[in-house]
Amino acid sequence: MSVQVPRLRPGFRFQWEPAQNAHVLLYPEGMVRLNDSAGAILAEVDGQRTVEAIVATLEQRFPDAGPLADDVMHFLQDAEQQHWITLS
Amino acid sequence: MTGSTDTSAQAPEIGPPLWLLAELTYRCPLQCPYCSNPLDYAQNEQELSTEQWVSVLRQGREMGAAQLGFSGGEPLVRQDLPDLIAEARQLGYYSNLITSGLGLNEHKVRAFRDAGLDHIQVSFQASDPELNNAVAGSRKAFEQKLAMARAVKEAGYPMVLNFVIHRHNIHQMTDIIDLCERLGADYVELATCQYYGWAFKNREGLMPSKAQLVKAEAEVNQRRQQLADAGSAMKLIFVTPDYYEERPKACMNGWGSLFLTVAPDGTALPCHSARLLPIEFPNVREQSLQSIWYDSPGFNHYRGDSWMPEPCRSCDEKGKDFGGCRCQAYLLTGNADNADPVCSKSPSHDRILAARRAADHATAGLEDLSYRNPANSRLFFRS
Repeated sequence: MSVQVPRLRPGFRFQWEPAQNAHVLLYPEGMVRLNDSAGAILAEVDGQRTVEAIVATLEQRFPDAGPLADDVMHFLQDAEQQHWITLS
Repeated sequence: MTGSTDTSAQAPEIGPPLWLLAELTYRCPLQCPYCSNPLDYAQNEQELSTEQWVSVLRQGREMGAAQLGFSGGEPLVRQDLPDLIAEARQLGYYSNLITSGLGLNEHKVRAFRDAGLDHIQVSFQASDPELNNAVAGSRKAFEQKLAMARAVKEAGYPMVLNFVIHRHNIHQMTDIIDLCERLGADYVELATCQYYGWAFKNREGLMPSKAQLVKAEAEVNQRRQQLADAGSAMKLIFVTPDYYEERPKACMNGWGSLFLTVAPDGTALPCHSARLLPIEFPNVREQSLQSIWYDSPGFNHYRGDSWMPEPCRSCDEKGKDFGGCRCQAYLLTGNADNADPVCSKSPSHDRILAARRAADHATAGLEDLSYRNPANSRLFFRS
């Protein structure tokens, strides 16, 4: 399990947008509308907790979803490649 | 529902304006000859008050706008900018300041950050002081821009640098990218000139040749690869000019679909160029933003596709590009309903081809351009 800590890159903001009924990621002159699972994962990214801790929280919140480690890591790596977050 | 007599079944569903562009003022210390402001901007001196702007921000946010741009002109000349930034933050906007960097200082950069500004985009005119200052019509601009780019970085903002590219600086791509790397930019916008406003007026003196463009794009691609190989997060955004495309862009993602611009005098527009169209646009002084966006004839004018003539009407790509840009259609054909002549299916595509041929043989220097300043602007509305 990963002890890496995901963190939003400077200039990125994550928030809930009622008009879009979705979480969004805002950055310089850009906006990504997130699907439910991406929103749920990014909501746990606080720059403090490890991937492991985030997975544990999500598995507790969504007990019917089964093991989530792979899905979460896959999304976070993708988000890192998009330069939304850093993993360190 | 049974018994429904709804006749609006074919009307497109109108989503909220997610992006709000607040053009706070047309005043600007620079004179860039490709400025997107209207040619007759000096005619519009009645700016909205602070209270009126605050009301616009509140209404926009309530409707769902999340991205907010402060631009102009030079937005820094508005003394109430810190108040508007604070209001924007409190409302939950992601706010972007689009600035020349002139009038900025380190104190303001930090004060804006503390008030909640998310991002400052500094525009440059070239990679060296001589050309930069000649294009900007200001002798001290380049040094000031460098200093402000550094201050922005130091204050912890994401750094976005914008370069408008034209035939007089398009040979500098590698130098520009190197400069941005040294400054530690996160995003670099290499925006080749689009021809509206002052840029349309100066098109012959600005438009690069096809050969120049091909070379520039190759240089950008090469540097992009090098950056990727080096693990750099600096992102290069190269905007190709419409005039070298065979299909039009999906302008503004469709008329009145996402973008709402409010001009300095309160005129509400579906894009920052639309003021040049022979359409009456509503004003926030007289109408709520809600009724402007959903109900005004100006904003409904080109929604959907029932307004389209041929060749757009029967085109299977109309859902993709919405017939292109209404302003370009108007500037090049005299009728904003027409297909954007960028499209090779447009009967007026020869205008684009002629402009390309002209660009191959253009000889105009920087001194031949019409610079954007009040004196030149008055030429466009003096009777």
